[in-house]
Amino acid sequence: METLLALTIGALVAAAVYLMLAQNVLRFIFGLVLISNAANLTIFLAGRLTEGAPPLIAEGADMPAGLVANALPQALVLTAIVIGFGLFAFAIVLVFRAWTSLGTLDADQMRLAEPEEPRA
Amino acid sequence: MNSVILKAGTRYLAGLLLVFSVYMLLRGHNEPGGGFIGGLIGATGFVLYAVAVGTADARAALRVEPQSIAMVGLGIALLAGLLAALFGQPFFTGQWLFLGATETDKGLPLSTVLVFDVGVYLVVFGAILTLVFAMEEEI
Amino acid sequence: MSWLLAVPIAIPFATAVFAFLLRNGAAGRWVSVAGSAALLAASAVLMQAVLAEGVVAGQMGSWPAPFGITLVADLLSAVMVVITAIIALAVSVYALADIGPAEERLGYHALFQVLIAGVTGAFLTGDLFNLYVWFEVMLISSFGLLVLGGRAEQIDGGVKYVALNLVSTILFLTGIGLLYGMTGTLNMADLSIAVDGADQGLLTVVAMLFMIAFGVKAAVFPLFFWLPAAYHTPAFSVSAVFAGLLTKVGVYALIRMFTLVFDHDTGLTHTILLWVACLTMVTGVLGAAAQGDMRRILSFHIVSQIGYMVLGLALLTPLAIVGAVFYLVHHIIVKANLFLIAGVADRLTGGTALSRIGGLYASAPLLAALFLVPAFSLAGFPPLSGFWAKFLLVKAALEIEGWVIAAVALAVGLLTIYSMTKIWAQAFWEPHPEGREPRLSDLPAGQRWAMLAPIMALAALTVFIGLFPEPFVAFAERAAAQLLDPTDYVETVLGDRG
Repeated sequence: METLLALTIGALVAAAVYLMLAQNVLRFIFGLVLISNAANLTIFLAGRLTEGAPPLIAEGADMPAGLVANALPQALVLTAIVIGFGLFAFAIVLVFRAWTSLGTLDADQMRLAEPEEPRA
Repeated sequence: MNSVILKAGTRYLAGLLLVFSVYMLLRGHNEPGGGFIGGLIGATGFVLYAVAVGTADARAALRVEPQSIAMVGLGIALLAGLLAALFGQPFFTGQWLFLGATETDKGLPLSTVLVFDVGVYLVVFGAILTLVFAMEEEI
Repeated sequence: MSWLLAVPIAIPFATAVFAFLLRNGAAGRWVSVAGSAALLAASAVLMQAVLAEGVVAGQMGSWPAPFGITLVADLLSAVMVVITAIIALAVSVYALADIGPAEERLGYHALFQVLIAGVTGAFLTGDLFNLYVWFEVMLISSFGLLVLGGRAEQIDGGVKYVALNLVSTILFLTGIGLLYGMTGTLNMADLSIAVDGADQGLLTVVAMLFMIAFGVKAAVFPLFFWLPAAYHTPAFSVSAVFAGLLTKVGVYALIRMFTLVFDHDTGLTHTILLWVACLTMVTGVLGAAAQGDMRRILSFHIVSQIGYMVLGLALLTPLAIVGAVFYLVHHIIVKANLFLIAGVADRLTGGTALSRIGGLYASAPLLAALFLVPAFSLAGFPPLSGFWAKFLLVKAALEIEGWVIAAVALAVGLLTIYSMTKIWAQAFWEPHPEGREPRLSDLPAGQRWAMLAPIMALAALTVFIGLFPEPFVAFAERAAAQLLDPTDYVETVLGDRG
């Protein structure tokens, strides 16, 4: 299971890097979405995998009975997903605005804030 | 979008989603659920409404700006943390009141954790709607 | 005790809520000013406590460390919070004149206060994942501030800023995941003990991830290019607070992690940092020399100055860390002030492109005098604060016989004077190309003082630090001693368990 997840993370990162090397900003953002999922899986994997045992404590007990999944990585991943969701929603709206106001999504042509110097 | 089925369905679904979101919010203490997921479900109700009848009507139905809802939620969540000061405990320490508790029954548990969750609910609800409305109007 | 640490974070959040609800009238901006003033008071109380008792720690929600979220302040954290509050107050007063009602209705003041909350939280947290969360709080509000108003230029700069910072965020998150997998803890004090038992080679790899992630935030070579692409586009008060605080959070995180946690293989990591520092200084200052716009010159100078701070960390001698801490404080004040002055220059002359403005010396001598203070301080002229900052770092370099490093630091100082002279000559000395005579008295009195008062206060602070450096250097020495020997930090956080 660990190997499978590790391979998945590798595949996600490879695809993400491929997308992020494109000139199109929208592709770049999609690459970021993929790589952020790879990061989330990394955290999840780092917390060690325990199959089929949700970390819930029964009524009246102080501790979970038996071996349960590590709850902390789940909390961390959830937080990271939520934050990532907010950031990417913003980024996509921003890219859309860039498309309407700059007329291009080609990173090389987005030079409004940094105009090319006139060659002497 | 102009679909009679969606419009008719939304009328019931939106209300149902809102009620269900409150149920999710309240059950979050001992079972899976809570303010975040509740806020998402509640927002879905209004998103559906906005898709069916347009954002202008959805905004009108909401009455308050979604940004303000999110900020009020932030304030409520912060207040939940600050309440611990009244009991001389560190920031965000949960304070519990067991209403009508007896020897055998622990009564109705009320806590600052719930207040915090209500704040989270409103933040998520407001933030999602702010984003979705902005995107709907933009495109 | 824990409330001392929680209040500086809670105040900006509360201020943001009220400022947002009151955003449609004039009350919102005054709420922002009042909130910043309250933050300053709270941070002063915190500083007092840290000075008196050493490291202060508090466990949020009464969850004991290392399981809960710990807030902790040593001298470095405390001074950063104080300086954040000073900049927040200065900028929120300046914003009274700089930010129009349109931007206020979009929630400028609320975003600004959330940004300050994020910065304060990042300085005070003792938990690595919590640091990530504060970075995100900062990031989201800075995205909003950067594109507020939505001019095409802002959108262009915003896309680059957002893209690069998201990459850094994800690297940071990956690093956190790997570190947690290796040590089983995310509490920074606990980590500093736990890493000793971890695989040292892997640890260095993780350290590199953190170096890149924080390096992007701090805008070091070769990861700085998002900064000069974006910092000159938003409103001036936004530029000022970004320039003063945001990159410094990256530097703070670098200093914190590479003194507390990643000090196992300094031969490798800190040598890389040394190269990075020197190249950052040089590329930043050369980039600035090539620019023809006041704000873009200043943006590139942020980069070159970051190099000095990283240099202090890279040398890792007691004196070098003293220099880095001193530099950090001095630079925040000076840089924010320069951007505020650029804002006034823009208002008076109608732009910041140097070829299109001028005549400020003749018509606004007060502004010219106020510009000279931070400009010379940035370049390192005695008796201003920048002189002592550079002096400490160069002396630290000479002590370990790093002649080249010292030469680079001095040469970059000289080149800094070159670009400051360029601004001085073209914006202040030469007459305005359209023959305008921009006077400060052209501004309405209320706006004039809202803009000048913060500039004067920050300039006075620069002069004061320059004239009476002893207490500040002594303070930096104590802060550096705490950083180099984190026993007190670790014991205070973990209690008797450590």
